[in-house]
Amino acid sequence: MSTDTATKTTQPSVGDYLKKNIREYGLLVALVVIMIFFQVITNGVLFRPVNITNLVLQNSFIVIMALGMLLIIVAGHIDLSVGSIVAFIGAISAIMLVKWGVPAIIVVPACILVGALMGAAQGYWVAYQKIPSFIVTLAGMLVFRGMTYVVLGGRPVGPFPKDFQILSTGFVPDLLPLTDPATSLIKNYFALVMIILLVVYAVYAGLRERRMNALHETENEPFTFFAVQMAIIGAVAVFLGFQLATYRGLPNVLVIMGVLIALYTFVTTRTTIGRRIYAMGGNEKAAKLSGINTERLTFFTFVNMGALAALAGMIIAARLNSATPKAGVGFELDVIAACFIGGASASGGVGKITGAVIGAFIMGVMNNGMSIMGIGIDYQQLIKGLVLLAAVFFDVYNKNKG
Amino acid sequence: MSKTLLEMRGITKTFPGVKALDNVNLKVREGEIHALVGENGAGKSTLMKVLSGVYPAGSYEGEIHFDGEVRRFSTISDSEHLGIIIIHQELALVPLLSIAENIFLGNEVATNGIIDWKLAFRRTQELLNKVGLKEPPGTLITDIGVGKQQLVEIAKALSKKVRLLILDEPTASLNEKDSDALLKLLTEFRAQGMTSIIISHKLNEIKKVADQITILRDGGTVETLDCHNEDISEDRIIKGMVGRAMEDRYPAREPKIGETLLEVKNWNVFHQHHRDRQFLHDVSFNVRAGEVVGIAGLMGAGRTETAMSIFGKSWGHKITGDVLMRGKPVDVSTIQKAIKAGLAYVTEDRKHLGLVLINNIMHNTTLANLKGVSNATVIDNHQEAKVAAGYRSKLRIRSHSIYQEAVNLSGGNQQKVVLSKWLFTNPEVLILDEPTRGIDVGAKFEIYTIINQLAAEGKGILMISSEMPELLGTCDRIYVMNEGRIVAELSKAEASQESIMRAIMRSGEKH
Repeated sequence: MSTDTATKTTQPSVGDYLKKNIREYGLLVALVVIMIFFQVITNGVLFRPVNITNLVLQNSFIVIMALGMLLIIVAGHIDLSVGSIVAFIGAISAIMLVKWGVPAIIVVPACILVGALMGAAQGYWVAYQKIPSFIVTLAGMLVFRGMTYVVLGGRPVGPFPKDFQILSTGFVPDLLPLTDPATSLIKNYFALVMIILLVVYAVYAGLRERRMNALHETENEPFTFFAVQMAIIGAVAVFLGFQLATYRGLPNVLVIMGVLIALYTFVTTRTTIGRRIYAMGGNEKAAKLSGINTERLTFFTFVNMGALAALAGMIIAARLNSATPKAGVGFELDVIAACFIGGASASGGVGKITGAVIGAFIMGVMNNGMSIMGIGIDYQQLIKGLVLLAAVFFDVYNKNKG
Repeated sequence: MSKTLLEMRGITKTFPGVKALDNVNLKVREGEIHALVGENGAGKSTLMKVLSGVYPAGSYEGEIHFDGEVRRFSTISDSEHLGIIIIHQELALVPLLSIAENIFLGNEVATNGIIDWKLAFRRTQELLNKVGLKEPPGTLITDIGVGKQQLVEIAKALSKKVRLLILDEPTASLNEKDSDALLKLLTEFRAQGMTSIIISHKLNEIKKVADQITILRDGGTVETLDCHNEDISEDRIIKGMVGRAMEDRYPAREPKIGETLLEVKNWNVFHQHHRDRQFLHDVSFNVRAGEVVGIAGLMGAGRTETAMSIFGKSWGHKITGDVLMRGKPVDVSTIQKAIKAGLAYVTEDRKHLGLVLINNIMHNTTLANLKGVSNATVIDNHQEAKVAAGYRSKLRIRSHSIYQEAVNLSGGNQQKVVLSKWLFTNPEVLILDEPTRGIDVGAKFEIYTIINQLAAEGKGILMISSEMPELLGTCDRIYVMNEGRIVAELSKAEASQESIMRAIMRSGEKH
């Protein structure tokens, strides 16, 4: 093959590229449109600094669990137990912290380990005994919820010590105290500078990646798409960073969430383990015959899900400042919905971390916006249900047309 | 001269960007077996979809005359109503329902929604007698073999008062015996005056039964041959299909045979599901460097099972015996270990076992050796693209790029992607299971060429095939299997269709 034809065959045309990735761009556009819609209809309340902070706090645990759920769904499974794991971890963290007085620095890793074990307990039946994950995790959902009641004795336990609460209600301290927060508009320069640095780095890394791709004749996104996407994401990020900086700065959970999103995006797109999960979800038998240990891989996706659900459980408990037996009821459905809105396929093998994250934020912004508008929980559910159906219909429609 | 039952005139069907059919003409006489042949992508299936109403009237140009009248079908039930019944390659039977239930599915013998099972069973029995299937009507589909399932499909067609029976690759997954029985049934139907169209890649079978042969190429009709006027040779048909004479269907090769690479000794395996039944008995064979070794046998002889049980014990249980590579015993108890030992198994079922269809060519190519394109579990995108592009050009995979999804490739190109995947694991011995099944003549030649190249590079090739001419044309040595045993080992000089069949028949008498 000559260099000439190689270049031609690896560079898609703008039209082709749009067709292939319409889902992804459509999702981003949908999020922006929904944000602007609620910003207008709530007379600017949506993007008030305090509300943005709330948005992040309210949705962080859904996003964190969606990272694990996406892997599960891509692998061709489902996990209905995460809401109950959230409750159980909240309960045991409360017992350890409040009743036993164990320091938070030990409780946090211990709870994540327990979550991983709960995931392992389910993963074993799914991976090695070949019981459908729907059934195993439905059982898990009931068992873990029951265990929560047993541990808490049916009563809420709290409040939590301060050093545990900062996990979700704390902010990254201002490491760049340029101005006096009492008088200045921008109260936390560190937050703003960090966000701007991140955006600059993202653009730089993106450009470097494109240059390397061009050098090696690998597929590149058309430049216009890259530029527009970067411009939108950068503008939104800087705007949000500015708003946060005028309030109390970067919430701790935002940092945790950001690091995890970056980590899981890397794992799914660039590592062998990510590739194997996609292959397994796409065709388990072919993956197995290619020498992939599909049982072990399935097992670990559930272990991973358990650990992330445990982290989410602690963030929720710390935020509510109490562990209740009813914590996390119905969360599994929000998490699963986020993945499907984000373009994951129910039959496995398809789905992206960025999609699931955007899906979670679409749900989050809608929840938040409708609450500000004073729409009742009844209509909120109805509208969210229709959005889920519309998003998946869009997928199916695109597929049939293509 | 009998009258014309079906005439399709000037059929043109375009899809966005492609002209799938271009002015195709097909004329089928009443009471004949009409064969429709052509390479994959020549337009056979599209033409049949036009005929059956899958593509409704108006979505194509041209006319369909059936029984002397112009017909415009807008749904499949329109064409079925007139007795045009298609039996697709992938059978449309419900595995967990009985034969009777399947035959009358959607067409139940019922009054006011209540099924008259007695009558249904009696009618089923009559239909089964006609097709010569000796199974009680209450048998579940999952409990009978593919050959018998095919007969159930035909019985189902008969239940609908069929005028024109269309069979799409009816013998693709049948063994020789079942194929012969099916073809015989078709000729019996012909004697009773039924008309059928048979689509097939197996030219020897077409030669046996067809009255006329229509050849399609690149969406157009090339010619219609009348088998009664002249003796049509297979080469003659191939010439029409590929547009040139294929002097030699098997590329020539000078074998340079070296040391023994793979040696399997006393391989005993019990059945995967029927756990107390021994399936393979003392199977022993070897493959040398630069050698192409064939395994011949009927379907169910244990060839695929032999290969898969060796390749990481992916079939069967209670497996005993020795596997040696270059004279040293190796552990092949998992697929990872088998790959590491230098084995590769290219499956007979590329869609279900070979490819991740929704993934692109690149991802499929590197799947079995991700280590080869990654550092400490991080995949090097550029290295991966380079590897995939390398195999794409080396094996001449026709696609618009390495990012094309495997599902959109033709059968031959899919097969090349599966081959790429295994070549990238750098095996010493490749086991190829039906490597040319369901792919067209041109692509077959390319696959044979690749096999020859690999042998020339010093790799050992073990080739399982149900097409005897293919084994005879490519192999240096052929083992014959029957009922889980190796029953003969034939050198190239000794091997012929007759000697292989004789070995199978003789061994059958012994047991």
